[in-house]
Amino acid sequence: MKKRLLLALAAGLLVSTAASAQTLRIGLNEDPDVLDPHRARTFVGRIVFTSLCNKLVDITPDLKFTPELATEWSWGDDGKSLTFKLRPGVKFHDGEPLNAAAVKANIDRARTLPDSLRKSELTSVDNVEVVDDLTVKINLSRADATLLSQLSDRAGMIMSPKAIGNADFGQKPVCSGPYKFVERVQNDRIVLEKFADYWDAKKYNFERVVFQPIPDTTVRLANLRSGNLDLIERLAPSDVPAVKSDSNLVFAPVSGIGYQGLTINTNNGERSKTPLGQDKRVRQALELSIDRNVINEVVGQGIYPPAGQPFPEASPYNNPKFKANQRDVAKAKQLLKEAGVDRVKFELTFGTSTTTQQIAEIIQAMAAETGFDISLRPTEFAAMQKEAQAGNFDVNVIGWSGRVDPDGNIHPFVSCKGALNDGRYCNEQVDKLLNEARVINDEAKRKELYDAAQEILKQDLPIIYNYYQPWPFVHTKKVQNFKPYPDGMIRLRDVKFAS
Amino acid sequence: MLRYIGRRILIAIPTLIIVSLLVFALQKLLPGDPVLTMAGEERDPQVLAYLREKYRLDDPIPVQYFAWIGSALTGNLGISLRTDIPVLDLILSKLPVTLELAIMAMIVALAIGIPAGIISAVRKGTAVDYTANVIALSGLSIPNFWLGIMLIMLISVRWKLLPASGYVPPTEDLWLNIKTMLMPAFVLGTGLAASLMRHTRSAMLGVMRSDYIRTARAKGLLSRKVILKHALRNALVPIVTLSTLLFGELLAGAVLTEQIFTIPGFGKLIVDAVFNRDYAVVQGVVLCTAVGFIFMNLLADVLYVLVNPRLRHAA
Repeated sequence: MKKRLLLALAAGLLVSTAASAQTLRIGLNEDPDVLDPHRARTFVGRIVFTSLCNKLVDITPDLKFTPELATEWSWGDDGKSLTFKLRPGVKFHDGEPLNAAAVKANIDRARTLPDSLRKSELTSVDNVEVVDDLTVKINLSRADATLLSQLSDRAGMIMSPKAIGNADFGQKPVCSGPYKFVERVQNDRIVLEKFADYWDAKKYNFERVVFQPIPDTTVRLANLRSGNLDLIERLAPSDVPAVKSDSNLVFAPVSGIGYQGLTINTNNGERSKTPLGQDKRVRQALELSIDRNVINEVVGQGIYPPAGQPFPEASPYNNPKFKANQRDVAKAKQLLKEAGVDRVKFELTFGTSTTTQQIAEIIQAMAAETGFDISLRPTEFAAMQKEAQAGNFDVNVIGWSGRVDPDGNIHPFVSCKGALNDGRYCNEQVDKLLNEARVINDEAKRKELYDAAQEILKQDLPIIYNYYQPWPFVHTKKVQNFKPYPDGMIRLRDVKFAS
Repeated sequence: MLRYIGRRILIAIPTLIIVSLLVFALQKLLPGDPVLTMAGEERDPQVLAYLREKYRLDDPIPVQYFAWIGSALTGNLGISLRTDIPVLDLILSKLPVTLELAIMAMIVALAIGIPAGIISAVRKGTAVDYTANVIALSGLSIPNFWLGIMLIMLISVRWKLLPASGYVPPTEDLWLNIKTMLMPAFVLGTGLAASLMRHTRSAMLGVMRSDYIRTARAKGLLSRKVILKHALRNALVPIVTLSTLLFGELLAGAVLTEQIFTIPGFGKLIVDAVFNRDYAVVQGVVLCTAVGFIFMNLLADVLYVLVNPRLRHAA
């Protein structure tokens, strides 16, 4: 009897260790917001969705599109329609079939839900047509080259049509991804569990995935080192040397599709009426004062690659011609002289974080040598956002998480009516080029247009790009086959624990 | 006694009204726009307008206030702008966590603070007294966040004895729950123990000098009995006040400790809500905290009466 009890206990112990061994714990930088892809806004939310909700198409590490829910797609002749063939036999987590009608219901919801944040991403969509059970055609009111990339992100995530009507969908999401939703404790964890009926289930090795928001980078890393977590995102650059020297950890950084830069107030209210705001030579002098390599080495510990343009190195639209300028103090001084100014004063506003503070201080010191007197103003982020919109700034340090399609990295920031154009830079010619590039699907032709726009922007400098935002992941030795993607998402296909 | 409690509750009402007004007004003075933070990186103007209307952010501030206080009175504290979860649910789910942390921290504080205070009062001027004082002072002056991170580095990362952070509900795994709470409770408790020790010491010193203690000693009572029964009981009144106030403070959220140990309690809830301009959550949490404080004060007054028979007649 006693023996049998012991055996049972031992078996139980084995089962429980096996189950816990198959739980992947991921440390996130913050707590995600509402878990409804159409209403969600946070970057960390997208990381959770990557395991929870499949999209029509996905991207590869070199930013090409690859099948996910759609196995193939084709553009209509005039670029005014996009037809998807759906993967057969796909089920939602609630057992409902994923078909053309479900896709239509989702895209229609993304376009019409009053607080949908995807509306602006789908403005070109006129209507969605169910051709047959597995074919869906999106008709557009105008050609839109950005649509496929929108559908490779939240706008293309397909939720169960039976569940999207639920008032609490954002708390209990039902999608068709490799993992399904189990529970969420706000500020503490989000638990997902393997979806046995997933179409590619055998490529996913974990029984459970637990996301834990731990905003403090030191504590997040401590949890990884103590074995409480298996994988963390966004390591602080100052911890890079420590991680590299720890034989139990693997440092897996990737250069992202976003950037960090300086937005200059060139046209937004009274505060743009300064030599810096009005004279491009002064802005050029500022750019030439900055040594981006110093920022990379001192603050970024080598993971902040210098940026001279909005398109990341992995993008086919990146043009080496527009790479970051080298620092040139003599030339900068010359430009200031030509502009007829001696010393230029301005205020540099930035969100409170130690990294950004360091960068601002370095820029302040470097620019002082050429003739800029910069006062620094650390501001809490929400407050800074509002002031930026109101034009109450000279120069802002701004980061952008980046979009796969080039349009998302440039159009909203420098087109006259761009929603994110805080400095209200406006140049008709740039507008014309960027608007044209939006509607052409041909990569080579698009690139010509972006090159022409960059030629002007490189002179006008409404934004000075500093570096490409990296996604520094760290995981334990136990985690194998993890591949970081430039969009910063965590894709768990083939990822497993060492046996 | 009941009448006394009833009167105290009535007095609390204007306090609550003032608190609610203050929270509401201060929040509107915060720079930043909740809708801008909610609308994400894209800031679609159409969505901005819809959200402003939905949350009545364009209404005059008095109208917003009465709408909020009106539904708060019916128990509806609104919905979190960020996660859609009703504020009351959030508060109810975070309250037990913070309560557990506060109770554990209080136990640590009392277990260290009161005996240390008594010993250093009784052994005044000796090496024991000085040592206790030095320890108390360091407890007061070492910042929580520093001690917390040092403990994590030492106990979790190096020795791997306790989990570095996080929270497990006791219903799920009691042993793990205690393990995750030990470090935060210790960090919080030692800070409080220091001030408790200082207060116990001075209260005891005051009492030890009084006539009845001398009489008790003269009667030949055991020294231990004099200290614990006669002196401590009288010295307890200020200590009870302090403890209840400290406990009230703990409930308001041990903000830093919860941040460091990622404990999903009140402190973390309110900090995240402020940064995200989640007005509904901030208002709800502060209101609940105010209610908690008022309740703790009331409890302190009732406890006095229990500890000190003289007050029983006054009440």
